[in-house]
Amino acid sequence: MDDQLDVSTGMRDALPTVFGYIGIGLAFGIVAKAAGLNALLVVLVSLITYAGSAQFILVSMLAAGNAMLGIVLAVFLVNSRMILMSMTVAPFLKQESMFKNILIGSLLTDESFALSMSKLNYTHKTLNFAWLNTANLVSYFTWTLSSLLGALIGGFITNPDKLGLNFALIAMFIGLLYLQMIGDKELPFRLQLIVVGLVFVLVYLGLIFVPSNLLIIVVTILGCTLGMVIKHAFF
Amino acid sequence: MPSSSFIIWTIIASGVVTFLSRVLPFILLKKFELSPKVIEFLSFVPIVIMSALWFENLFHQQIGHLPTIDYANLLATVPTVLSAILTRSLLVVVIVGVISLALIQMLIK
Repeated sequence: MDDQLDVSTGMRDALPTVFGYIGIGLAFGIVAKAAGLNALLVVLVSLITYAGSAQFILVSMLAAGNAMLGIVLAVFLVNSRMILMSMTVAPFLKQESMFKNILIGSLLTDESFALSMSKLNYTHKTLNFAWLNTANLVSYFTWTLSSLLGALIGGFITNPDKLGLNFALIAMFIGLLYLQMIGDKELPFRLQLIVVGLVFVLVYLGLIFVPSNLLIIVVTILGCTLGMVIKHAFF
Repeated sequence: MPSSSFIIWTIIASGVVTFLSRVLPFILLKKFELSPKVIEFLSFVPIVIMSALWFENLFHQQIGHLPTIDYANLLATVPTVLSAILTRSLLVVVIVGVISLALIQMLIK
C-alpha cells in the first residue's frame, strides 16, 4: 500500500479482498441454492441485502419458515456493527458531497472498512471518494458475481469448504489487523496487543451465552470500552 | 421455502435496515461533529472488530457450554500470522491462509 488515492490504486489495494469474496460468495450461492432459492433470488439477496454473513442467516431463517420481522431483526443485529464502522470512516469523507457520502455508506463492508483503516496509515490520515468507492465497487461486483456463479454450479460442487477459500476472509482480517497494529501511531502497540488479548477472552466467554447474532456487536462495544479504560489507567 | 413474494419482501426489508445502519452515520456526521470521547472510543473499533471476526472463527458455539475449538482454522492461523509479520503484504497473507487451510483439510480428512 502507498499514499495514492486514485481509482487504479483503489483496484490494486482491493485485490487481496477479491479472493475472500470469491470464496465466501461461491459458498453463499451454493448454500442458498441448496436451501431452495433460485439463481435470480440469490443474486437479489447479494445485490439488495448485501450483507456477507447476515445473508447466510437470512437464507437459513427463510428455509426454516421464520416470520419476516424475526429475520429482519436478526439481519439488523448482525449488521449493527456497520453503524460503528460507518461512524469511524465517515469523518474522513466529510469533504465529499452528501451524495458521495451516501454512496460510500451504502456499499461499505467489513473488508472495505478494514482496508480504509489500514490505508489511513499511509496517507497522512486522509481518504477520498475515488479510492474508497473503487474498493467498494470491486467488492460489490465480485460478491454478486460469485454468489451467482455459486448458485449456477451449486449442483456440481457439494463441499466448497475443501478448497480452503473460506479462510481467505479470516486471513485478510489477520493481515489487516497486523498492518493496523504496526501502522497506527495513536495507540501504543502494547495497548493494542492487550486489547486484542481481551477481545480473545471476550469472544471465548461470549460464545458461552451470547447468541451468535449479537456476539460481534457486544464484543466490539465491550472491547472498545475496556480499551479506553485501560488507556486512561495505564498509558 | 416460502413464496417468492415473501422472500423478495424479506430481502428488501433486510436491505433497508442494513442500508440505514451503513448510511445514517455518514449523513449525520456530514452535519455534526463527534465528541472527543466518542472519537477515542471509535479509535479502538478497527482492531477490536477485526480481531473479533478472526477469533469467532476459531471456535464453534454451543450456548450454555464452553465453545469447542475449530482445529483446522486454528492451525491455519499460525502460518497466516507468521506470513503477516514476515511479509506485511495482504495478498501474500491471504494466499498463505487459503493454501494452509486447504492443506490442513487434506491432511485431517
